[in-house]
Amino acid sequence: MSETRSAGQARTGAEAFEIKVGLAEMLKGGVIMDVTTPEQAKIAEDAGAAAVMALERVPADIRKEGGVARMCSIEVIEGIQKSVSIPVMAKVRIGHFQEARVLEALGVDFVDESEVLTPADEAHHVWKHDFRSPFVCGARNLGEALRRIGEGAAMIRTKGEAGSGNIVEAVRHLRDVMGGIRSLAALSPDEIPTRAKELLAPVALVQAVAERGSLPVPNFAAGGIATPADAALCMSLGAEAVFVGSGIFKSQDPPARARAVVHATTHWREAEEVLNASRGLKEAMPGIEMETLAEHERLANRGW
Amino acid sequence: MATARPRVGILAVQGDVEAHARSLERLGALVTRVLRDKDLDAIDALILPGGESTTIAKGLQRLGLYEPLEAFARAGRPVLGTCAGAVLLAREVENDPVRSLGVLDVVAIRNAYGTQVDSFATRAEECASKLEGLHCVFIRAPRLRDPGPDVEVLARVEGWPVLVGQGNVLASTFHPELTDDDRIHQLLLDLTREAQKP
Repeated sequence: MSETRSAGQARTGAEAFEIKVGLAEMLKGGVIMDVTTPEQAKIAEDAGAAAVMALERVPADIRKEGGVARMCSIEVIEGIQKSVSIPVMAKVRIGHFQEARVLEALGVDFVDESEVLTPADEAHHVWKHDFRSPFVCGARNLGEALRRIGEGAAMIRTKGEAGSGNIVEAVRHLRDVMGGIRSLAALSPDEIPTRAKELLAPVALVQAVAERGSLPVPNFAAGGIATPADAALCMSLGAEAVFVGSGIFKSQDPPARARAVVHATTHWREAEEVLNASRGLKEAMPGIEMETLAEHERLANRGW
Repeated sequence: MATARPRVGILAVQGDVEAHARSLERLGALVTRVLRDKDLDAIDALILPGGESTTIAKGLQRLGLYEPLEAFARAGRPVLGTCAGAVLLAREVENDPVRSLGVLDVVAIRNAYGTQVDSFATRAEECASKLEGLHCVFIRAPRLRDPGPDVEVLARVEGWPVLVGQGNVLASTFHPELTDDDRIHQLLLDLTREAQKP
């Protein structure tokens, strides 16, 4: 059994889908937090995070410091893997399938092919079917989500605008994905291929989404979540879990804010509880107005 | 009230609540979400879903649900735990332990197979006749060891118990809710019908 379960061997067919998507299913209703040290990972786990994302700099710092942002150093990832028992995710540059192979060999639980890092390939994403590790990818709209699923992504998250502390882009992307799914219900079968052409998405996937009324993989929110109410807003708009990047460790009181975001994500249906989660927090991370970001500074524009 | 639809609550702190709800609805059960002590009053049976056991355990602590859930199980009302849910039912937890309810006489070893790269699916090797051909999906699964004398092992994979029962308590280390095979959920509903007999 052990040799058939080793890293580097692709999973194929239905088994691949159920096992990769299976872990995404287990993360539903949870919060995935960006962390840069084992100490932060422990804080995240203690606060109730369902998983952590290991990286060298949070998006707000990548944005500020500039330069090429790459996969996290192995030592940092290993340190984080040793410090927590919840799943550990890590990011690779768009199209950088060798970074992805490295993370797979390291036994990382989920690979994020992420626009937050500097793209390695401006035309192609990783062909994710060839991997044993599941992948999560960002999307701004339904077409982009379906292109990534077509390449083998087992989880979709909104891109939002990472490191901005501004929820507006995540809301835009969630509205587009969820609205796009709802609009498919109004189409007759012979209209699906034309919609697929407009979406630049595989026809079979568009048909599948039209039939089931949802993506075939879990749909999470990311990019700009800074407060408990931001997390609750994303859940109300149809996200099934949330990623919080800079929002926790760029705030004034990370442990309390981490607990508060977890609480609001669990109880997003109950305004009283989101109120309780919002009470007594120190200052949130500083935010950025979208109008002040030039096109080339917008991370969401990376990938297609 | 023998014809009433069974009311099954799913603990909704975190995890694959919707997947369990789909299985239960296919079997005609009424499904509710459980987040509060009082939610337990309106249900006949309970599911502790898959998810992250540390996350769920912290939620149980915060919501003060450990004692009410334990009382629910000890009162003989049917409970099914899958994966993280099985960990939470065990008498003892190893490998980064979390507090458990202690209503199932087994030791649960968390993340016993490794990380997600080691997750797998297979058919159960030995299982009760009504569960033949059981397809088991293991996601960062725990192992169960040292089942007590009252624990019945209903299925095994690689020699390890993967589905066990003890009176009104059922636990699987795999995820029946991720497949279209509803036989495990049916076992829970059978227990529920038994429990309601006068």
